[in-house]
Amino acid sequence: MRGGWSRTFAVVGAVGLLAVSACGNSDDNSSGDSAASKDVTVFTWWADGGEKAGLDGLVSVFGTECKDFKFVNSAVAGGAGSNAKQVLANDLAAGKPPATFQAHAGAELGDYIKAGQVDDVSGLYKEFGLDKAFPQSLIDNLTVDGKIYSIPANVHRANVVWANPAVLKKANIDGATAPANVDAWIADMDKLKAAGVKAPLAISKGFAQEMLVEAVLLAELGPDKFIGLWKGETDWAGSDVTAALDKYKKLLSYTNADREAIDWPDALQYVNKGQAGYTLMGDWVAAQQLADKIPDTAYTYWPAPGTAGNFQYLADSFTLPTNGQDPDGAKCWLKVTGSAEGQKAFNTKKGSIPARSDAVPADYPKYQQTAMADWKKDKIVPSCAHGAACTLGQNNDILSAISQFSGSQNVAQLQTAFANAMKTS
Amino acid sequence: MHGRIRTWGPGALVLLPTVLLLGYFVYGLIAWTFNTSLTDRHTARRGGPVDYVGFENYANLFGEERFLNSLKNLGVLTVSFIVGTLIFGVIWALLLEKGVTGEGVFRSVFLFPMAISMIASGVVWGWLLNPSQGDDARGLNRLFSILQLNFLENPWWTAGSRWTTMMAIALPAVWQLSGYIMALFLAGFRGIPPELREAARVDGASEFKLYRHVLFPQLSPIALSALIILGHMSLKLFDLIYAITGPNQFRTEVPSIYMWNTLLRGDMAKAAAIAIVLLAVVAVLVIPYVAYTVRQESEE
Repeated sequence: MRGGWSRTFAVVGAVGLLAVSACGNSDDNSSGDSAASKDVTVFTWWADGGEKAGLDGLVSVFGTECKDFKFVNSAVAGGAGSNAKQVLANDLAAGKPPATFQAHAGAELGDYIKAGQVDDVSGLYKEFGLDKAFPQSLIDNLTVDGKIYSIPANVHRANVVWANPAVLKKANIDGATAPANVDAWIADMDKLKAAGVKAPLAISKGFAQEMLVEAVLLAELGPDKFIGLWKGETDWAGSDVTAALDKYKKLLSYTNADREAIDWPDALQYVNKGQAGYTLMGDWVAAQQLADKIPDTAYTYWPAPGTAGNFQYLADSFTLPTNGQDPDGAKCWLKVTGSAEGQKAFNTKKGSIPARSDAVPADYPKYQQTAMADWKKDKIVPSCAHGAACTLGQNNDILSAISQFSGSQNVAQLQTAFANAMKTS
Repeated sequence: MHGRIRTWGPGALVLLPTVLLLGYFVYGLIAWTFNTSLTDRHTARRGGPVDYVGFENYANLFGEERFLNSLKNLGVLTVSFIVGTLIFGVIWALLLEKGVTGEGVFRSVFLFPMAISMIASGVVWGWLLNPSQGDDARGLNRLFSILQLNFLENPWWTAGSRWTTMMAIALPAVWQLSGYIMALFLAGFRGIPPELREAARVDGASEFKLYRHVLFPQLSPIALSALIILGHMSLKLFDLIYAITGPNQFRTEVPSIYMWNTLLRGDMAKAAAIAIVLLAVVAVLVIPYVAYTVRQESEE
């Protein structure tokens, strides 16, 4: 009787689990007959706006280049990818990977690599000629123990300051040129305060503050020591880090009081409306300004003070999951992703720049042209806030520490928290 | 033998699906979560080597500033939420109990907030609790400045002590649940036979004494239910805080949000440990209550 009971439990449990997993995967359960095996399920969080338009561009190139295969959209909207990452984690854990999935290039892939969920694609780099088409410093950034695990579709720049020249003029500051370093920037903000701008630097919550810390660290430590911070080669406890964080603390004192309550488009509005002089944000701002029909003359942009010559990048990329449904279809998708045509179709619509250095600037809007020029000549450094320099877990701990610092203003505590976060995986 | 099955058989058959489903999906999964919390499964990967580490995950949690911070936040939130909701709920119930014109309208107005999902009201309260003050004030602060009540303007949850922070977070929850508590107490007042009031009045009791010694003592079972309902809601609160402050806000993090963050980064064992701690905290509140009601019912 005992055995009977436990068997009943097991049967009911199994039935229940089957029902649940069937619900979870009803839309991508495409294995089976041979016609369906030509489906290429592409998992992204690009569900609307410029991102969706970019994906559509890629799909149309895929349609002509890979006639043997059929694109199946498996996009999960919301939460800047956090919803999608949960769904993906479930599918991967259940052993049902999509044909290919979107992931931030760089360290964020580390979780998938450690879990043995993605395959090395460095062979494809050679096959498609990407090892020549992408800048060498990008390839160095992507390489983990001699292997590369994804093919970037686009590149964004993180270390950009957006300024309102009309506001800066009140304090006789030339908006067209960047302050030489963080100290000069702080001096300019003092002038703005004296001219009646209460919060010269507009900033929003969470990752925007993280990007500001990173920009200050990059400016104060220089690119090599900055990259070393994320690789465990630069000491987080060093006095140079302390000095940089002190400057970050100083910068925070020039920011809006509601920084913990707003998102980056709100901070951008403060600049556009003239309530603030500057905001630091990635270059997706350019696409937002175009969409909001803000005239070119109403804003200027330059690399964050002290970081000129460095291109702090983040990139969306596609992977080749281990034991994926149709590796040939996935490879064709990856080929399109890396191709000049595919990158043009995607990036002209999404407002980012191609990772390839052989793209034609004339195809792109004004901001992207300057970014493409910098991409070719600048030193490429990764961004932690967007997964290029640290894993999801490390980023989570750092975000928590930064929100704590926003209230406590305790530099020593922040410094320890950074060091501890980077010790985890 | 057959006769005995015929007596309890049908009943057991009816109960069986419930017992099986609850047994598997509630208690089975609690056991599974507890089991996970004792392992070193700090990854989302399946099938890797997993070792039992005893209560190491729990020991680590209670040695961690972030977790202790979230527990303290939860304590402060729960106290502010329960006290606030009870005060408003009882006051509204007293006012309505006195018999006002348009009682139905007021009752609905007070109850409506409960119909809104926490995530939706959280988004709106996130805007209302904007910390800007002075000329830039928005949300409630703006309202205060329009009403010439500038001294009331405050940074809400974004600055100040743990108490002011978590009280600001409790505010929307109080707004949402006070109507429910009002309904509970109003029903309680209405359930007391009018003869008791009349008798007290005839004996010369003042209105205050009437409530203090005659009416409120009879409402203690309702107060207890209210306390348990509010308490366990507050301990599990997630969506409201998430909507107001975002997922990674140290100042307002409670264990449920910390658990979500931990799960998202793939640390299964630690997330399971947080879940079990949370379950234990809720159990401390609920189990004595269940035991109490069961004993009361058997006495009756």
